Amino acid sequence: MLGVTVRRLAAALPTLVGVVIVTFLLTRALPGDPAAYFAGPAATQQAIAEIRAKLGLDQPLPVQFLDYVQDLLRGDLGLSITTGQPVLHELTTRLPASAELTLLGLLFAGSVGITLGVLAALKQNSWLDNLCRVVATLGVSLPTFFTGLLLIYVFYYLLGWAPAPLGRLDAFASPPPHVTGFYLIDSLLAGDLETFRSALAQIVLPAITLGIFAVAPIARITRGSMLAVMGSDFIRAARGHGLSGRTVVVAYALRNALLPVVTTLGMVFSFLLGANVLVEKVFAWPGIGSYAVEALIASDYAPVQGFVMTMGVLYVLLNLMIDLLYQVIDPRVRLEA
Amino acid sequence: MSAAATLDAAKIGPHARVPVLDVRDLSVEFRTRSGLVRALEQVSLAVHRGECVGVVGESGSGKSVTAYAVMRLLDAAGRVTAGDVRFSGIDLLAASDADIADLRGREMSMIFQNPRAALNPIRPVGRQIADVLIRHGGVTRDQAPDRAVQLLAEVGIPDPRRRAHAYPFELSGGMCQRIGIALALACRPALLIADEPTTGLDVTTQAVIMDLVTTLARERGMATVLITHDLGLATEYCDRIVVMHAGHVVESAPTAEIFATPRHPYTAKLIAATPRPGVPLSGLVSIPGNLPDLRATNLAPCRFLARCDRAHADCAVPPLLRQEEEGRMVACRHPL
Repeated sequence: MLGVTVRRLAAALPTLVGVVIVTFLLTRALPGDPAAYFAGPAATQQAIAEIRAKLGLDQPLPVQFLDYVQDLLRGDLGLSITTGQPVLHELTTRLPASAELTLLGLLFAGSVGITLGVLAALKQNSWLDNLCRVVATLGVSLPTFFTGLLLIYVFYYLLGWAPAPLGRLDAFASPPPHVTGFYLIDSLLAGDLETFRSALAQIVLPAITLGIFAVAPIARITRGSMLAVMGSDFIRAARGHGLSGRTVVVAYALRNALLPVVTTLGMVFSFLLGANVLVEKVFAWPGIGSYAVEALIASDYAPVQGFVMTMGVLYVLLNLMIDLLYQVIDPRVRLEA
Repeated sequence: MSAAATLDAAKIGPHARVPVLDVRDLSVEFRTRSGLVRALEQVSLAVHRGECVGVVGESGSGKSVTAYAVMRLLDAAGRVTAGDVRFSGIDLLAASDADIADLRGREMSMIFQNPRAALNPIRPVGRQIADVLIRHGGVTRDQAPDRAVQLLAEVGIPDPRRRAHAYPFELSGGMCQRIGIALALACRPALLIADEPTTGLDVTTQAVIMDLVTTLARERGMATVLITHDLGLATEYCDRIVVMHAGHVVESAPTAEIFATPRHPYTAKLIAATPRPGVPLSGLVSIPGNLPDLRATNLAPCRFLARCDRAHADCAVPPLLRQEEEGRMVACRHPL
């Protein structure tokens, strides 16, 4: 297992190098002049030129790139021009918010999607199967920002069940002592149920908004894969040996059916990382997605590069986890690895 | 009364001479996209305690469908439309799903064709045997693994303690078939249905597997149904042979008699097509034509009609005539 982990990480290095090059070039290719933006509308040509020199933007591209890589190797992601803060610091403080949201969304999507898919497969062409199909279609066709606004309108404005969509905690609560950065976990560690409830109330709507989008692909893959497995020889044999319905469905069929679902989970997760950006905007969530959008609008290179780098690293780690999970589920993969 | 209780009563009751398995006039249909398939029509066969009955026929003749119908393992598309299946007096077609699940694996077991595909690919084989034992065998969770290892040893698997942790993909086809046998025999059933237990195995392994099955069956007085397309194999191991063609039982008789005096033209052709000592391979005669399309609505009463060189005009007149005498049955108007 450890050997595989190391090998997969090593294999991911070229990917990360690619990410570094592409993000650097992309940010340079974007329209807009950060020096002009930073100097403000009233600045003279000379002032803008001075700022450009100060930021190193007057250098030729290869030189800028070398500077960038050298900083990167020292773990320095640069300063944000708009906030004046080190990008690394801002990303690390904001990352837990995004991660907590995405993981909870994935948890929601996974539990709902797998359950729906299994039920739909077991009761083929029943009302449940049809419901699964409707949810699948709706989930993919509604854009996340729309689902988000709809949920806010219904559950906050009309019903008043949800708190105002204003970040991770309501205005009167203070964040729990920092351990993992996940408020739900940290508040429980501190034994602070009040904060836990507040954090949970805040995260439910955005997590569902994010998750609904992913329910569809998970449910559909689960249904298809479950149908295929339920029709296979070894399920007939398991029933032929008298195993109970639950053992057949859970221990025999579902575990086999999960293999393609795990692959889908991986793809869906990277999908969610992207969808995060919009959901964070709608719910005023202080994560890295909203941070990156603001930086992008301000032509603020360093945070955008930092954001894309973070996403790249997350993506590599995620794929590694999927690979390892595969080995836990399927003994045949262990042999090849 | 539960099926198990009925079964015990039947074992010791006055019906001791009832066949372990008694299938009468069983008809099965499949609804498919391209129409209704009449897969079985009035199939009858009986197996007594300690007896081995071979069900023989080419692919698609309905051998496996018969087995699945008996075990109530037909696909959702398949439906029993008529007939009666009794296992030690229990009406299997009327029994509840729960009763059937109790009987399967404990009182009536099946060895499935394609041994590797019939095993859960991602569960150690020892655990799969333990699953069945825990379900039926009255062993506790702690005892089950040891008992599974014991069963592996009984079916001749070397180093059973280590092999119990192996996955099907790590074992050879013959090993997988031994696991399949261990699974089927784990709870010492009264009836064993072996569906092509040796297909895909090399000849040496075939013989070893068949000897294993028949030895265990004889030791335990099991009733055995051996489903095979290999008439030679059936003759070697079975007391009686039931010949199937296109969903019909065309002939059934004791093994020696069917070989000496086949009465159905299909049986005769099957024997002529089977390699046997003293006959060169060039002396084998293949059977002309194919199985009829069972979706057709105008099927002749005798489904062998189109392939038969003894066909008379009255063969096309329904019903199909089944003649019975002295423990033999032949479904032909003009038997040999």
